[in-house]
Amino acid sequence: MILQHLPVLPLLIPLLGGILLLLPPLAYADIAQRLGGAVVALATLVASALLLWQVDTHGTLVYAVGEWQPPFGIVLVADRMAALLLVLTSLLLLSVQLFSSAGEDLKGRFLHPLLMFQALGIQGSFLTGDIFNLFVFFEILLIASYALLIHGGGKQKTQANVHYVILNLAGSALFLFALGIIYGTFGTLNMADLQQKAAHLPAADVQLAKAGALLLLVVFGMKSAMLPLHFWLPRAYAAAPAPVAALFAIMTKVGIYSLWRVHNTIFGAGAGELANIALPWLWPLAWLTVVVGIVAVLASQTLRTLTANLIIVSVGSLLLMVALNSAESTAAGLYYLVHSTVAAALMFLLAGLVIAQRGKAEDRFVQARPVTQPVLLGGLFFIAALALIGMPPLSGFIGKALMLKAALPDAAGWIWPPLLLGSLAALLMLSRAGSTLFWRVRGENDEPVRVQPGQQLALWILVLTLVALVVWAGWLTTYMQQAAADMLTGLDLQQLLAPAGGYDAE
Amino acid sequence: MEFTFALGVGVLTTAGIYLMLRGQTFPVIVGLTLLSYAVNLFLFASGRLTVNGAAIVGQSEVYTDPLPQALVLTAIVIGFAMTAFVLILAMRARSDLGNDQVDGRTMPQARETGADDQSERKSSRKSATRTELRDTKPRKEPK
Repeated sequence: MILQHLPVLPLLIPLLGGILLLLPPLAYADIAQRLGGAVVALATLVASALLLWQVDTHGTLVYAVGEWQPPFGIVLVADRMAALLLVLTSLLLLSVQLFSSAGEDLKGRFLHPLLMFQALGIQGSFLTGDIFNLFVFFEILLIASYALLIHGGGKQKTQANVHYVILNLAGSALFLFALGIIYGTFGTLNMADLQQKAAHLPAADVQLAKAGALLLLVVFGMKSAMLPLHFWLPRAYAAAPAPVAALFAIMTKVGIYSLWRVHNTIFGAGAGELANIALPWLWPLAWLTVVVGIVAVLASQTLRTLTANLIIVSVGSLLLMVALNSAESTAAGLYYLVHSTVAAALMFLLAGLVIAQRGKAEDRFVQARPVTQPVLLGGLFFIAALALIGMPPLSGFIGKALMLKAALPDAAGWIWPPLLLGSLAALLMLSRAGSTLFWRVRGENDEPVRVQPGQQLALWILVLTLVALVVWAGWLTTYMQQAAADMLTGLDLQQLLAPAGGYDAE
Repeated sequence: MEFTFALGVGVLTTAGIYLMLRGQTFPVIVGLTLLSYAVNLFLFASGRLTVNGAAIVGQSEVYTDPLPQALVLTAIVIGFAMTAFVLILAMRARSDLGNDQVDGRTMPQARETGADDQSERKSSRKSATRTELRDTKPRKEPK
């Protein structure tokens, strides 16, 4: 019974948990909020891990919500890729909940339920098999992120939030235009159905469908911070409170995931006249995203801006993998996606601690008083920096190596320079950041703020995830290759739902 | 009918985009609202335009596609919530940042002419109290 409904559990748990925490007896008790947050995150993690195990042994699971049969009903599709990203999201949620329980949640109201709703939106976008439902989950994650970004208040946050909200509202309008065009030409919004119909589109509709597909590219490009649409990111991420920024680290990846789903699968190699429609645009934009990201990294003045700009570089690298559009590059991209999310989240949490311990200088790269716990924070910074740069022995190295290898057959000349230069820029700036923050000190730290146990636990969860990514790299890469192959072939809904009965393709 | 409908969507979109490019938050929000109206009409038309058609089986001779109607309903609800949020946010930004500009800065001519007098007055009042405090403090000490 539970197993049958397993695919919907990673959505139901944060949804119901979040609603419960908004209701009166729990809403005003800090302890209940914190405990509830940790319990819900843990339950989501267990459900996601169980789903991953099920999917790995039995193959893709399809869940028709309310037993409304596709293509008109909404389906949740838990394939290998989605299951892995669900585990990643819930792991991140757990870490962020623990971190914010150490005091960040008292700076404003309802941080824990909002974090849950944000996770709900992210997980829904990973799970859904219906493109309009993808829009709905995008809106859920966005409206939660609007409230999270302004958590705690302040001039800087308000201003960053105004830009972020207006830009994303415009993006949502574009998304709806694109969906209207797609429904008008294809007559369906189910992703698997779209993929089957893409090859047999009437010639009169092809131009319209192209317009729809490219509008979707703009929307996903904005979500993932592709070049001309990336200006919102550094400001928003640098203004957000530390745990919120850490959870935001996965938001850009939702855009990348949607690009994989829509432009590499639906409009992929088998789409007839629409085949690979986004590639001519993706190539130069991805390349330029990395280059502009590198320039921004070199110009960063604070640790938070630096991390945000490193996210742009990693998004550019991932976009290059999307543009390569092969099973191998998708698998390599998936590994790097998981790694860069965890590493960036770790760095954002660390930046929050550095700000708390350095007083007025915050995380600016200037000479200031020392942090209270230089060994702990410095050590963790070193680990996070190694991961972000992509040096052995941590997972960044494997991710970079996999991406370089995926580019080797035919595009090494194009892809190797930006990937390697990105690492070099990260190395330069992170060593400068580390030596300034921890070594160029003056005076004494007179009001010691120490790292709370919950915060330490949150940090160690992320560090151990990075280590686990290396230790089980063999199993993970096989799994990811399988996931990429699964995703690129797409679903055969008829076959999958035939035993349940009812699905009747035209 | 198609032409009128398309013209309506086009005019709404144009007006929405024009307003969104303005520098103050209020016109931008009105622009977003117009754009969402245009989007809703556009989505509605994606199931093709039918006159006097019913969306429920057995109610009419002519049927219309019910799915776009469901989509529009979803889009309207979401758009409404988002507009409400962005309005509150804009009011918050107005009080936090002291003006209505999207980038939070006062326009150059407003600064020169003092057109944005409310924030000006507030800041001048603040500085006055500060100097008063500074003046009174040393006088009290000798007592």
